[in-house]
Amino acid sequence: MGKLISIELFKIFSKPRTYIGFGAIIVIVLAIEFGILFEGDMMVGMIMQNIRERFIFEGNVINQYLVAYIILNTLWIHVPILVALVTGDLLAGEANSGTFRLILTRPVSRVQLVLAKFIAGWIYSVLLVVVMALLSIGLGLILFGPGDLVVITNKVNIFSSGDVLWRFAGAYAYGILSMTTVAALSFLLSALADNSIGPIIGTIALIIGITIISTIGVSLLGPVNRFLFTSYLPSWQLFFHTDDGLAKLGHAILIQGIYIIGFLGFTIWYFHKKDILS
Amino acid sequence: MTPYIEIHNLTKVYGQIRAVDDLSMKVMPGDIYGFLGPNGSGKSTTIRMMLSLIHPTAGQILLFGHDLAKDRYKTLSRLGALIEKPDFYNYLTARKNLEILGKLSGISNLKFRVDEVLEQVGLLSRATSKVQTFSLGMKQRLGIAQSLLHHPDLIILDEPTNGLDPQGQKEIRDLVKSLNQEHHITILISSHILFEIEQIANRMVIINRGKALVEGHVQELINSQDRQVAFVIADVPAGLAALNETTWAGRIIKSNHERISFKINKEEIPELNAFLVEHQIEIFAIEPVRSLEEFFLEITDHGEVN
Repeated sequence: MGKLISIELFKIFSKPRTYIGFGAIIVIVLAIEFGILFEGDMMVGMIMQNIRERFIFEGNVINQYLVAYIILNTLWIHVPILVALVTGDLLAGEANSGTFRLILTRPVSRVQLVLAKFIAGWIYSVLLVVVMALLSIGLGLILFGPGDLVVITNKVNIFSSGDVLWRFAGAYAYGILSMTTVAALSFLLSALADNSIGPIIGTIALIIGITIISTIGVSLLGPVNRFLFTSYLPSWQLFFHTDDGLAKLGHAILIQGIYIIGFLGFTIWYFHKKDILS
Repeated sequence: MTPYIEIHNLTKVYGQIRAVDDLSMKVMPGDIYGFLGPNGSGKSTTIRMMLSLIHPTAGQILLFGHDLAKDRYKTLSRLGALIEKPDFYNYLTARKNLEILGKLSGISNLKFRVDEVLEQVGLLSRATSKVQTFSLGMKQRLGIAQSLLHHPDLIILDEPTNGLDPQGQKEIRDLVKSLNQEHHITILISSHILFEIEQIANRMVIINRGKALVEGHVQELINSQDRQVAFVIADVPAGLAALNETTWAGRIIKSNHERISFKINKEEIPELNAFLVEHQIEIFAIEPVRSLEEFFLEITDHGEVN
């Protein structure tokens, strides 16, 4: 199994498209960090205008943690696209290029191959989030320095700098879980398709489509909304709530876990019985 | 001796279509076995079932005496294959492609073995070139190299000369022969060209619409068929009119707009030629026709046997 995973990782990191993801992350983080560096006071000033009338702020409001928090908000918008770009190609790319004929005529188990590909795709997804985390917090420290984190939701949450790092670690770990669900979905679509365009676009279309339906038409979906994985993609924000945020995380993790197992289980079952005609 | 490939009543159904229909055949150790049939006759589907790429609807496949459905690992580790066009990871070099496939086959001393097979197919000098820079002929040879990596006892080649120029086709045929004769590898080679199979195979089967029509030793099949001669003439109706008044009429097998085919021995050819010339029938050519070839052409022309 280790051999299969290393082969799949080698293939992933030999493809130019893999580096589009890392390049995009770097560009997004740099754009946001330097944007805030030059325009941050004005932006934060507008956001906090009302609050400043009621509270006195001392110290550095725009600090590495605030910037990292802002960047985290792009996680569930941009990173799913970058994850699908690679995981949607894992099976469909082999079908499209005809290389399943090479691999599957060797003494390799189809189940092990699917698992190895998924694990390799997952490692890529984890690396994307880790690069994003290190770059946003690390560069933020250099450009803005440390400080307490002010998060405005339906109320103002202020976290001291000593209480923030574990929350970021939790948020990124949850982000990895969310991206695993996205990876499992695009991997499933990849098993169904013979080219990678369909799974990549399909994944994004499903995530956006379901999110729109569940956001706009809450009454339409009713209780089903509670069980849609898209409802829980932004649940990393719960790490920055002071009330019952952490209690809700258990449910979010459970739902994501069920979807991951369901998507992956279906992919294994489908691929095991699939005729390789490409 | 245990056959390397033994297929019993193999069937594959897609909806209403029977791609392979109750097919049975045997490939013995040492054979170059020709698997001949027109395009769409079920060759590739059969081969994909032999390699566990496609699940059969019914029937049994034994490779090296083991049931493929039960002993997939054991059988595939002794078998190499090149299925239709040679597809590789184009963004990787020839060597990297082979190393990946070698690792999957569990080959020890991989680097040495990769160089060895690349040399065997004449691609060692291009080992570090990306496959996307290869011509079809080079890819085809690389395809054969990957099938040889793990020292297989049996290689299955599905139309390995497809798309190659005559020189490339000859190179592949020579390579196949040398693998069989010098390295004692049993080979199953599929083709839709009778000439190709005649050139290299010792045994063969002809299939159409998923059914086996003829199976046996190539030379026996060719020699056992009756000799035929076709006269290509300018005016077939006039020729037939002249012939119908003689005993030659009974020797006519068939005719079309440009030729009349006879079942005659070679000593009779000058006599028939003189007869037609006497009746002022212009003769363009006299062609030997083997009924096996006719039989196969009939399949490929009409898609079915009359």
